[in-house]
Amino acid sequence: MLRLEKRPTPSQFWLYATPVVAVLLTMIAGGILFGLLGKNPVAVIKTIFWDPIFGEFAFYLRGQLLVKAGPLILIAIGLSLGFRAGIWNIGAEGQYIMGAICGAGVALALYPTESRLVFPLAILAGALGGWAWAMIPAILKTRFNTNEILVSLMLVYVAETILAKASTGFLRNPEGAGFPGSRSFSTFKAASNPELIAGSGLHWGGVAALATGVAAYVLLSRHILGFQIKLAGQAPRAARFHGVNPEKLVLLCMGLSGALAGLAGLFEVTGPAGKISIDFNVGYGFTAIIVAFLGRLNPLGIVLAGFLMALTYVGGEMAATNMGLPSAAIQVFQGMLLFFLLGVDVLTNYRIRSAFMGAR
Amino acid sequence: MLRRTLMTTAALGLGLALSGGAAMAAGMDHVKACFVYVGPIGDGGWTYQHHQGALAVQEAYGDKVEVQWQESVPEGADAERVLTQMALGGCNIIFTTSFGYMDPTNAVAAKFPDVKFEHATGFMRNSENVSTYNARFYEGRAVQGTIAGRMTKTNKIGYIASFPIPEVVMGINSYYLHAKKVNPDVELSVVWAYTWFDPAKEADAAKALIDQGVDVIASHTDSTAPLAEAAKTNGAVIGFGQASDMAEYKDGPRVSSIIDNWAPYYVKRVGALLDGSYAQADAWEGIAGGEVGIGEITAAVPAEVKAEAEAMRDAIGAGTYHPFTGPINKQDGSAWLAEGQTAPDGDLLGMNFYVEGITGDIPK
Repeated sequence: MLRLEKRPTPSQFWLYATPVVAVLLTMIAGGILFGLLGKNPVAVIKTIFWDPIFGEFAFYLRGQLLVKAGPLILIAIGLSLGFRAGIWNIGAEGQYIMGAICGAGVALALYPTESRLVFPLAILAGALGGWAWAMIPAILKTRFNTNEILVSLMLVYVAETILAKASTGFLRNPEGAGFPGSRSFSTFKAASNPELIAGSGLHWGGVAALATGVAAYVLLSRHILGFQIKLAGQAPRAARFHGVNPEKLVLLCMGLSGALAGLAGLFEVTGPAGKISIDFNVGYGFTAIIVAFLGRLNPLGIVLAGFLMALTYVGGEMAATNMGLPSAAIQVFQGMLLFFLLGVDVLTNYRIRSAFMGAR
Repeated sequence: MLRRTLMTTAALGLGLALSGGAAMAAGMDHVKACFVYVGPIGDGGWTYQHHQGALAVQEAYGDKVEVQWQESVPEGADAERVLTQMALGGCNIIFTTSFGYMDPTNAVAAKFPDVKFEHATGFMRNSENVSTYNARFYEGRAVQGTIAGRMTKTNKIGYIASFPIPEVVMGINSYYLHAKKVNPDVELSVVWAYTWFDPAKEADAAKALIDQGVDVIASHTDSTAPLAEAAKTNGAVIGFGQASDMAEYKDGPRVSSIIDNWAPYYVKRVGALLDGSYAQADAWEGIAGGEVGIGEITAAVPAEVKAEAEAMRDAIGAGTYHPFTGPINKQDGSAWLAEGQTAPDGDLLGMNFYVEGITGDIPK
């Protein structure tokens, strides 16, 4: 007997309360799920959310949170700019792969040059690779009005095929006795992206993620472009009158998100992953979509959301190993987070009214 | 990164313990044995069989062991974290059951010298606490090839390949050679799925083969999807259980299977840790050692073909027959094995060529 009534203006309270409520609901529903699986729900939730930060092995796991959150934040911030303007880049996973391939390709072409320039060059190539891959759906959209959601998503599978080709063919380690996978970056000092402070988990990707968060915040709150992005998303017609060129905005938002995803791929391949391999991508590009929305498309929110998501991964692994939970249960748990977020999000724009009052 | 069975041409210890100074440790009262799986336990194939091995360890030693596992662990940076967590969490021996865990296994092993690491299908043993183990699946492929060659009516047989790595190429060659031996007209089609576990892709691969007129399908991926696809043809297409017996398809397309049996190895290694006889190893057992089992050949196969396939199995098991016995030429016509010569393990472990008669190329 409840019905939804549209609010005259979006609720500021629910805008910020939504993620918190969604996390709490996820904990409750997840707890019931874990309980049904015969585990102590409180212990599982504690393992996921508490142990990685304060538990026995926190000294190691805190760093791992950063390793996991870095690429998520970097990609999600890029995506959020487009999402705010109503431009839906769903193919960050592909741009992440292409960034890694291009960056790694440039670095490996220079092997074994031990010049300080190799890593910066690889970073540039990584960003360009991601940018170029995102330009395909962007240009198709502006030129032929294709749907960027479909095109960018489909290009993920193309990128995966190129990745397989790279690891078995053109980037394969010539000294690897014919086995797939590129040369390892841990043995190529000039191009490697090691931990900057031992045990911290911080590598250049983490630095870039945090810097991008600040830059995006400034862009959105202080720069005319940020204003245009927000305007284009909220009131496309008004934006047009305001002199916003929608085609330019598509190219810009897609390009920026592609370049950031490419950077994330480059930092990952030269750092934690260590080499180009067939299964190099593990879904950061898709998970970043959840992170972007969980963070309310707000740069600082995304930084927090990135860490929260990393927590469910790292803590989820702990719970799976130590408590014998199936990995699918952890994935369901992560999925619930987006589900509840989108569900509760309704309250930002609508309020719940008892239907008795307005009954016909 | 790739999972599973790769070894370099350099890796040659056939189930022999490497004497690399792996000092005999004193026995232990209690062992925590941990397993890292690349797919879900419910894949019904590769990971399922490893998990059966893990359960066998629990069964064998009861209270003296604690068994822990983590399924669906991506290969790469995530694997390194899971391994570190396990080592920190008190695991005494960690089995990493996929080829792609090679680098992470060695990286983490270097940091935890007191923990034993056992890497399936790899060849890298950078520190004394890393051992590797694998099974001679190509022996099972010889039996399958024999059945395939006899059973095909269209003279077209298929192989769903995962990744272009020596283990898979070895399997394709063995399957083809033995089909050809009993049926000179046989043609082989290979589809590369580039995955170990992806039921949708595996089903697509099976469909593509069936569309080409293939009526016997062997697969090198982990799920039952190819058999499910074959089942839709009402008996026109048959296939084999892969990694696990996949007995649920016995009434349908599954006519036999290769069963990976890791239990004896796992029980032996954990036992060695308990009694103090543990030493670094590089194991590669086959039908003879019980690691490769041939699942029941069903009644869909004529008795004489069944007898022929079983004779093949027994000859390999007894060591009187090697699936790669010359004369065998490479695809390009150049000689590989001379009359009567058997393939050296080094050639097999680095195998990157098709044998003569197979059309198509190994993806490069």
